[in-house]
Amino acid sequence: MDQSRFIAKHVINLPKSGIRDFFDIVAKMKDAISLGVGEPDFDTPWHIREAGIYAIEKGKTHYTSNLGLIELRRAICDYVGKNFNVSYAPENEVIITVGVSEALDLACRALINPGDQVMYHQPCYVSYSPSITLAHGVAVPVPTFAKDGFALTVDALRAAWQPGCKILMLNLPTNPTGGTCDRAQIEAIAKFAVEKDLIVLSDEIYSELTFEGVHTSIASLPGMKERTIFLHGFSKAFSMTGWRIGYACGPATLIEAMMKVHQYSMLCASIIAQEAAIEALVRGEDAMKKMRDQYHRRRDFIVRRFNEIGLKCHLPRGSFYAFPDISKTGMNEKDFAIGLLQAEKVAIVPGSAFGENGKGFCRACFATSYEQLIEASNRIERHVQAIVAKK
Amino acid sequence: MKPIIKLLLEGGSLNTAQMAQVLNLSEAEVNCQLDTLKKDGVLLGLRPVLNLADEDSGVVRAVIEVRITPERGGGFNRLAERISKFDEVESCYLMSGGYDLLVFVNGASLQKVAAFVSEKLSTIEGVLSTATHFMLRSYKEHGFLLGGKVEETERLKVAP
Ligand SMILES: Cc1ncc(COP(=O)(O)O)c(C=O)c1O
Repeated sequence: MDQSRFIAKHVINLPKSGIRDFFDIVAKMKDAISLGVGEPDFDTPWHIREAGIYAIEKGKTHYTSNLGLIELRRAICDYVGKNFNVSYAPENEVIITVGVSEALDLACRALINPGDQVMYHQPCYVSYSPSITLAHGVAVPVPTFAKDGFALTVDALRAAWQPGCKILMLNLPTNPTGGTCDRAQIEAIAKFAVEKDLIVLSDEIYSELTFEGVHTSIASLPGMKERTIFLHGFSKAFSMTGWRIGYACGPATLIEAMMKVHQYSMLCASIIAQEAAIEALVRGEDAMKKMRDQYHRRRDFIVRRFNEIGLKCHLPRGSFYAFPDISKTGMNEKDFAIGLLQAEKVAIVPGSAFGENGKGFCRACFATSYEQLIEASNRIERHVQAIVAKK
Repeated sequence: MKPIIKLLLEGGSLNTAQMAQVLNLSEAEVNCQLDTLKKDGVLLGLRPVLNLADEDSGVVRAVIEVRITPERGGGFNRLAERISKFDEVESCYLMSGGYDLLVFVNGASLQKVAAFVSEKLSTIEGVLSTATHFMLRSYKEHGFLLGGKVEETERLKVAP
């Protein structure tokens, strides 16, 4: 029996993630050095883990309110106020979610009518386009380019805009490029959003990992709080990917709409993760900064090495990803990544997994030890030299 | 803080060739910087942190609380420095609170440590009293956990 005929059309038509394909190949290879991960190499700082254990010991094993623990929402409002310059009310302008992933899905489902157009910059996180599609929206990619350090420009936005565009999704700093926008660029984007009456979904999950300049949240700009949903989480900055915890802040009406979807689908985020998240916000800053310093030094190393090897690599201003241009090898990014894996057992992710504009690039995550980074860069160098010699 | 010191503090076990790569220096330059740090008395040495079974390590360790008389002009320094010079003394700190010096001592056996305390330490003029605590077991040394094998946590090889 062919069960696939029962599957909804918009689901069956979703393309398989390029990452997934690649994962299947890497998983079969023993002892490969992987720069293909999308998460920190550090385990969650112990004091945060310990807060989770303590919560279990104290019998915190029940549902929380749909919006999440009020103590956590208060801690989030303090944190966001202090670090992002936007003030939200803990009572009705914050919702705790199962990672930014769920927050993103809630926002899409709460805002998108079938056929609504959603702009997002590309290359980008693999979930954006599918999240839009699953909410029956139409994805409108906006290209970003290496020459701009993969910052989003208003020119590109204008060129991609069409009547019917309702939402603009931002992810600054960006996975996979590490690109971000400075304040002037964000002000220009904000102006564009007001001009075109767009609602902005701003995924700032890598904001703490900004190495150059200060991170500016679009929600903090005049007139933007009312048209922005700010998405953030604990996965990257606090090394808490496995806890599955994040949040959204925004105007009460929109948070209420997201809450409706959340209430009937997820009910609430894990209370244990919520308790640990309070600890992260209140006492996690030192540990977070220590990890950031390490990423910073690793970034400087790996980016320098890519450029030495001859794979042109812009300086990622945030995140823990380098995004070198591999076109010099004369190969496309998929063949290059697979060749590298087979010849030298180093895994990097072909840039096209993150959208059309990632063609000719690969993503290398530098959230791994120096020893691994040194060895990986030496192997990549050997591989590139071998390709060039053959040409 | 100098980049090379930050790198040393990260606690990895990079050799000088690897340090050179990370810092974008030649290996000779790394060695030169390390020499300068040593000459300046900043880098005093690098020691392995070992997790040996008790019978292999063959050392007994004790912490001793020492009360001493401060001296006009030098305070506690002269005595503290004098005590620190004994080979048995691994570390020595001036403390606030109920005693003055906290002295970490190593010896080949309990008897040897006891002899050090009773014959050397407590007989020094100016030492008022000592309280010796023998260490039974170590759980963490210089930032490294000793409790059995550290399990590598698994990350997916490729993730979005
Ligand atoms: C841009 C971006 N947004 C969201 C997520 C998902 O984060 P979470 O673990 O909070 O669901 C990721 C994870 O890779 C990401 O890169």
